[in-house]
Amino acid sequence: MTESTFSQLTLCYHCGDECNTTAYQKDGKQFCCQGCQSVYGILAANNLCSYYNFNDHPGLTRTRTDKRFEYLNEPSIVKELIDYTDGSLTMVTLYIPHIHCSSCIWLLEKLNKFNPAIFHSRIDFLKKQLSVKYDSKHLSLRQLVELLFDIGYEPAINLQDVIKKQNTIKDNLVQRIAVAGFCLGNVMLLSFPEYLGLSAFEQNFKHFFGWLNVLFGLPVVFYSGAEYFSSAWHNLKNKVLNIDFPLALGIAVLFLRTLIEVATNTGAGFADTLCGLVFFLLVGKFVQRKTYHHISFERDYRSFFPVAVQVITDGVEKPIPLAELKVGQRIVLRHNEIIPADAILLKGDALIDFSFVTGESVPVNKTLGEIIYAGGRQTSEAIELEVVKPVSQSYLTQLWNNEAFTRQQDNRMATFNERVSKHFTIVLLIIAFGSLLFWLPNDINRGLAAFTAVLIVACPCALALSTPFTMSAALSIFDKNLFYLKNTAVVEQLARINTIVFDKTGTITTAADNHVSLVGQLTPKQAQVIYSACSNSTHPLSRMICHYFGAAEKLPVSHYKEAPGKGITAFAGDDEVKIGSGRFMFGQYDDDNNATKVHLMINGTYLGYFAFRQNYREGLQQTAEALADYKLFLISGDSDHEQGGLLPVFKHTDQMRFNQSPQNKLEFIRSLQYLKAKAMMIGDGLNDAGALKQSDLGVAVTDNINNFSPGCDAILDGRSFSKLPAFLHFSKNTVTIIHCSFFISLTYNLIGLSYAVTGNLSPLTAAILMPLSTATIISFTTIATHFAAKRRNLA
Amino acid sequence: MSIIYFLIGCSVLLALCFLGAFFWAQRSGQNDDLYTPSVRILFDDEESPEK
Repeated sequence: MTESTFSQLTLCYHCGDECNTTAYQKDGKQFCCQGCQSVYGILAANNLCSYYNFNDHPGLTRTRTDKRFEYLNEPSIVKELIDYTDGSLTMVTLYIPHIHCSSCIWLLEKLNKFNPAIFHSRIDFLKKQLSVKYDSKHLSLRQLVELLFDIGYEPAINLQDVIKKQNTIKDNLVQRIAVAGFCLGNVMLLSFPEYLGLSAFEQNFKHFFGWLNVLFGLPVVFYSGAEYFSSAWHNLKNKVLNIDFPLALGIAVLFLRTLIEVATNTGAGFADTLCGLVFFLLVGKFVQRKTYHHISFERDYRSFFPVAVQVITDGVEKPIPLAELKVGQRIVLRHNEIIPADAILLKGDALIDFSFVTGESVPVNKTLGEIIYAGGRQTSEAIELEVVKPVSQSYLTQLWNNEAFTRQQDNRMATFNERVSKHFTIVLLIIAFGSLLFWLPNDINRGLAAFTAVLIVACPCALALSTPFTMSAALSIFDKNLFYLKNTAVVEQLARINTIVFDKTGTITTAADNHVSLVGQLTPKQAQVIYSACSNSTHPLSRMICHYFGAAEKLPVSHYKEAPGKGITAFAGDDEVKIGSGRFMFGQYDDDNNATKVHLMINGTYLGYFAFRQNYREGLQQTAEALADYKLFLISGDSDHEQGGLLPVFKHTDQMRFNQSPQNKLEFIRSLQYLKAKAMMIGDGLNDAGALKQSDLGVAVTDNINNFSPGCDAILDGRSFSKLPAFLHFSKNTVTIIHCSFFISLTYNLIGLSYAVTGNLSPLTAAILMPLSTATIISFTTIATHFAAKRRNLA
Repeated sequence: MSIIYFLIGCSVLLALCFLGAFFWAQRSGQNDDLYTPSVRILFDDEESPEK
């Protein structure tokens, strides 16, 4: 219908978005907005246009051009943000979510072309971090951040960064592996002649090699393996028998027996088994540790809220850190700023987008004197508010005062490994002491040999490795399918879930784009008139209408009048346009609750309306069907007008709860757990944060993993939502794999034990058995996991 | 055959040097970012004239 006037889409040279207008051009290049054009201008002025040669459209769309970094003038805030300063040379590390391609690295590492006061800038691509060294006498942090903003790389600075720097685990695991590996290599070399047999005249070497082996064993036991002793001791004190106890026992016995055999010249000892054991165990630990540098699982409201807020005192605006905001203070919020505390509206048109709090994407209009809850985003002009509750006590943030957030995570399910190792240790000790007692009356030496041999050979190395290797293989499968788990233990929790609770908006519906449909017929001319009027408005619905039409010629608009959140009247060309809600147009509410409608009228003739419907995620119905063996619930902050549409998915109205507050959601999960359900909560917004935390497994759904997501155990990319049943079934498979590998390692232990109880364990047998069982377990778990993933169509 | 004492001494010493080098690399943060340098090396030093 509109092909003639609306040309084919042109892409913005900077960000690759569709250009809805031809107004922004420079050097023959098209831009979608003023922001993108100005970024290009800055880069062109500094001769840095090679930026565009490495990748197509490397930029981030810049429809927003207002800068708000006044708070970076506050010395107290600056002090928290920078890493180091000596008065002039200053170092700062900033998190920049937009870093995504080689052009980003190229440009951001050339920052000193923009300003010579920047000495050095380096990117860590995977962490999306930029570390800058600059001269703070000639460039303030605010100027630096504004420069980054100007070239399209706005750093994400939030309260959580200020309060606690990202605490990256800095232990020396890698060093300990290196030492163990180094010793293992040397000990193997020195043990080899012994296995091949030394002739009589080489016997003095035997002594020398033996002592060297003991020497190499020292760092392995007291540096690399030290944590096993401390962990076992710690657990014993708490009356817990975990797998570290038999491991520590094995390490100690191996070392002592080696030392005694070498000292008394009675044998070669087990130094190679000892080094191999510690080395493989540490490698298992290393494999288990997978970190996603760019994803944070610990976020709360503080990373969503701004660092500082503008406060008016005696008619003067001054930025103050959010923590110092007090009840009764008057604050100013500009376009796109977030309301940090419950406050009363005093001045201005408030059009608040509560999509993060309630999930509702259409902004809400608020009148003067009304209380506005924290967490909303102002989408129209500047407003003034008076704070009525402190930041931590507001409607939304008081959720974090709930005990679910303060208690330690000790009610999580014990892993299979933990449960088995307890029994394993007891059986092991019984066999060891049994064989000691059996030989003791006749042959003390043989009794001691058998006792130590049992502890050596039954040392659950393969047992300790099966879980880390299976889980890390599973984790990388999930990772490939855009499902990011906090740690390996989450896989086992996933397998034990029997109840799934969904949030509605943003979780089973896509938050970003509502489905727009035009009911009625428009001529190209009429479409052009409506497009022209809507293009003047910043209201999200107007933007969606513009987007619906695509790029077009704009007619001159006059007498433009916008009632915020209600509608527009204007003259476009010679035609009078009226666009807006039913109440705005006809003075009555729309009856249809299923969709938001925007009615159109030109020169007094009613032409129809645009309907904005929420889109359910693709394959929702099939997903729910595939989850038939789980109990499904829906819990939503919205009213129940979509209940009918969701009935085929959730089967029964009892399984859907509407009008739930964040606190209600948390309580609902708790009530499920009270009935012994293992509940998984799937949500997306701050309003789900309590339920996510309370649940046995909290999954946050997001359409962009760089965006804010509340604290949780796992983050699911919206595109993989339909794979949820496959994920759950796959997690069950991995647990089966762990069970199988336990049996394999037990078989090896039994074979070893049959030698050990007789007291005739040769070092060679131990040295072969240990790596053999380890290799079997590693290859079995890896292959089986990938096979299972293939079966679930995840590989 | 006593040369073996000397040779083993040498080999252990050499291995210790490598271990020391690894510790040094780890301490000075050379293994912290294992991805970005692989991209960085592909950029030309001089700005290429605009296409």
